[in-house]
Formats: sequence, C-alpha cells, structure tokens
Amino acid sequence: MHWDVVWNNMEYFMLGRFPDGPLGGLALSIALAAGGIFFAFWIGLVFGLMRLSKRWYVRIPSIIYIEIIRGTPLLLLIFWFYFLSPILLHRPMPEARSTLAAFSVFTGAYVAEIVRAGIQSIPRGQMEAARSSGITYMQGMTSVVLPQALRNMIPSFVNQFVSLTKDTSLAFIIGVQELTRTATQVNNRTMNAPAEIFFTIAVLYFIICFGLTQTSRYLEKKLSYKTSGKIRRQVIELLEDNFEVVK
Amino acid sequence: MNYEFNWMVVLTGEYRDWIIQGLIITLKISAISIVLSLLLGTVVTTLRMTKIRIFEWITFSYIEFFRNTPLLIQIFFWYFGSSMIFPESLNQWLYAHDYEFAVGVFSLTLYTAAFIAEEIRSGIISIPKEQMESSRATGLSFVQAMSYVVLPQAFRIVIPTLISQFLNLIKNSSLVMTIGVMDLTYMTRQIESYSFRGFEAFTVATLLYIAISLIVSFAITLYNRKYLRLIRY
Repeated sequence: MHWDVVWNNMEYFMLGRFPDGPLGGLALSIALAAGGIFFAFWIGLVFGLMRLSKRWYVRIPSIIYIEIIRGTPLLLLIFWFYFLSPILLHRPMPEARSTLAAFSVFTGAYVAEIVRAGIQSIPRGQMEAARSSGITYMQGMTSVVLPQALRNMIPSFVNQFVSLTKDTSLAFIIGVQELTRTATQVNNRTMNAPAEIFFTIAVLYFIICFGLTQTSRYLEKKLSYKTSGKIRRQVIELLEDNFEVVK
Repeated sequence: MNYEFNWMVVLTGEYRDWIIQGLIITLKISAISIVLSLLLGTVVTTLRMTKIRIFEWITFSYIEFFRNTPLLIQIFFWYFGSSMIFPESLNQWLYAHDYEFAVGVFSLTLYTAAFIAEEIRSGIISIPKEQMESSRATGLSFVQAMSYVVLPQAFRIVIPTLISQFLNLIKNSSLVMTIGVMDLTYMTRQIESYSFRGFEAFTVATLLYIAISLIVSFAITLYNRKYLRLIRY
C-alpha cells in the first residue's frame, strides 16, 4: 500500500494550486455545489410557481422545462452548455462557469418540483383566507403561503444539495480542476496507488454528504409538527407561563 | 447564431449506426444492472431486517457509504483499483473479456442497490408488524415469512419509487463513458470530435434519453391508476 502518495498530495486535493494558481480541489467542488444550489433555488422557485399557474401559457413552458431536464443525464447537459456557449456568446466560456450554469439549470428543475410539492402541502384554505382578507394573490403567496411552504421544504433542499455535491464530480469531464480531476491527475502521475487515492476521495465526499444527510434527517424530525408534539408542548408551556386564561 | 444544421449527417450512414450501437449498449448495461441491483437490494434489506447486530452494521455502513459518495468516484475506484482488490486470476479473466463493461455493471449495481435497499426497507416498514408476527406464529421461518408474506406486499407499494430509481440508473449509466464503455453518450461525444456536428448528435441523444424517461414515466402513471388505489390497509 502507498498511503504516502495520498498524504503528500493532500493539500492539492483540498485546494488545488490555490495560493499560486486558481482555486481547485475540494474547495472548488464545494464552491460549485453552493453556487449551483443558490441559482437553482431562484430558478426552481420561479418555475415551481409557474408550474402551479392557472394560465396554460405560463404552466406549459414550465412543464416542458422540468420534464426535459429531468429526462436528460447531467453529463449530456454539461456537454450542451460547454459546446453551446461559444456559439451563442461568440467566445469560449471558462469551464467552471459553464458547468456552474449546467448545475443550476439541472438542479433548478428538481427544485421546481420540490417547490411545487411544498406549496401543494399547504392547505388551500390559507390562500383563500388571505385573499378574502383583502390582499392580492402575490401578497398572499409571499407573506402567507411561501414562508410556511419553504420551511417544510428545507429537508428536501438539503437532500438536493447532497446530490448536487456528488454531481459536481462530473465537472471533471470537461476539465474543471475540482476534487475528482485532482484525483485523476495524481493517479495518472503516480500510477502506483489508484485504490488508495480514490478511496480517500470517496471518504472526503462521504464526510460532507453524510454530514448533510444527517442534518436533513435531524431537520425533518425537528420541523414536522405532527410527528413530535414537542413544539406544540413548548408553545403550550409558553402560553401557560404568560397567560393564565389558557388554563 | 451562425451555425448550419445538417441533420442528415447523424441520421444516415455510419454515424447513425454509431448512435444505434450506443443506444443498444446503454439499454443493455441498464437492463443488466437493474436486475442485479434489484436482487442485491432485496438481499441487503432482508439482512438489515434480521435484527442480527453484525448484519445490521454491515448493511447500514454499505448503504450509507455508497449513497453518499459520487458514482464517478466509485467507477474509478473499481476500474483503477481492481488490480489491488481482486485476485489476479479474476482480473486476467476480466481483461480477456469485456473489462470496462463488467466494471460498469458492477459499479452501477452497487450504487443503485444501496438506494433500492432503502426504498424496499421503507416499503417493508409500511407493512403492519402483525403480518410478520402472525406468519411466524403459524410456523413459517423468517425467510419464508419475508418471501411469501411481507416482501410481495412491500414490493407492490414501492414499485413506483423503484421505477424512478431505474430511471436514475439509465441516466447514470452515461457515466460509464469515462472508462470507455461505448454507450450512447460516448458515441455522441465521438461523433462530435469526428465531424464537429456536436449539436445534431447531442440533440438526437438527448431526445433518445427523454424518450426512454417518458416511456417509463408513462408506465408509472398507468401503474398508479390501475393498481395503486386498489391497495387498502
């Protein structure tokens, strides 16, 4: 076994050539995932709301976007962005930026479905009550329905973030210097420790993803009113402390 | 956008044959992996349900580790690391046969089985505990009770989610191009670098993948309409 190869290159795996060159390695993977989920959230919010519209000319484009993206492998989408951007923009786009665009558009479709499910989980009466108290549909959405729906969606968002973190490994294919790319580079250079290198990389991804998965499980338990009476009990205790009427 | 489309390049002649070959490989690798991962997933779940500490531990670590690491890394691990992990004779045999394809099937199966095991487990949990207890009380062994009573009911419930796992598997199978399996994505990449007809090739491939997904999603909807509402507890 040649674990020394792994230890000697640990800094490269973590940061790439960072202080002297561009950011790479695990740091770039995390940056890509975080950037991707940020843009995907806004894309998903818009398309998720469009998906629920009563007007067909708003709803249909959203359905087409969601279905096409969900039916396409991410790898093909990365190729699409990589080969499409020079023709549309008349100059080549940096690899990292083009994969970031691919990740955002790809994850956006999945987030749109999460947003739709989240909004549908809020009872219809909420919107009706908001409308009948005189506020517009937009106001009702932003100040009554969405705050509740977004709260329910948090665990699903975290799960989506986990799968995006795993998917950033695909950026390797067009030459982005992220964790997987650094691993294959070190592997090609040394040639004597492939199992050790890829096992270490797997463990690095595992630490991040497993941590996030556990967080999402914890949030799921904590955020659901129905399964744990704890929050309800806390509210009742709070009321009892402050208002004697409740007793 | 000044790009002249020439669809005839990819719809006739040699390149069309490449796409068809690629599609066949994609379907073949997906079909084999689906069957194997379903079998492995069932075995893993059954072991997890035995309540024997050591089995629970092994299956739990397997499921968590394989679900939380990227498939690409797993493929590279088995592909480049196989010479250190597997015995020499097996490697020699694999090199003589279709080594890349075998590694592709192996890693896709291990990855998907971890997801399938969790789906099946949630199906089993949704079956009332009394079913298991009463079948044990009538004298069936654990394995018999599992295979005749609990699993058939659990499978009926989880089939829609299993099918979406299969859909993911078909899309994930595009990653095996990185180790040189000539699947649909590999072939379109090949056409792009041979002819610079990237758009046409990628469009055709994307449409084929979407067609596969739509057919499978349609099957789920049909299934939901026909069977799912008949299940009552």
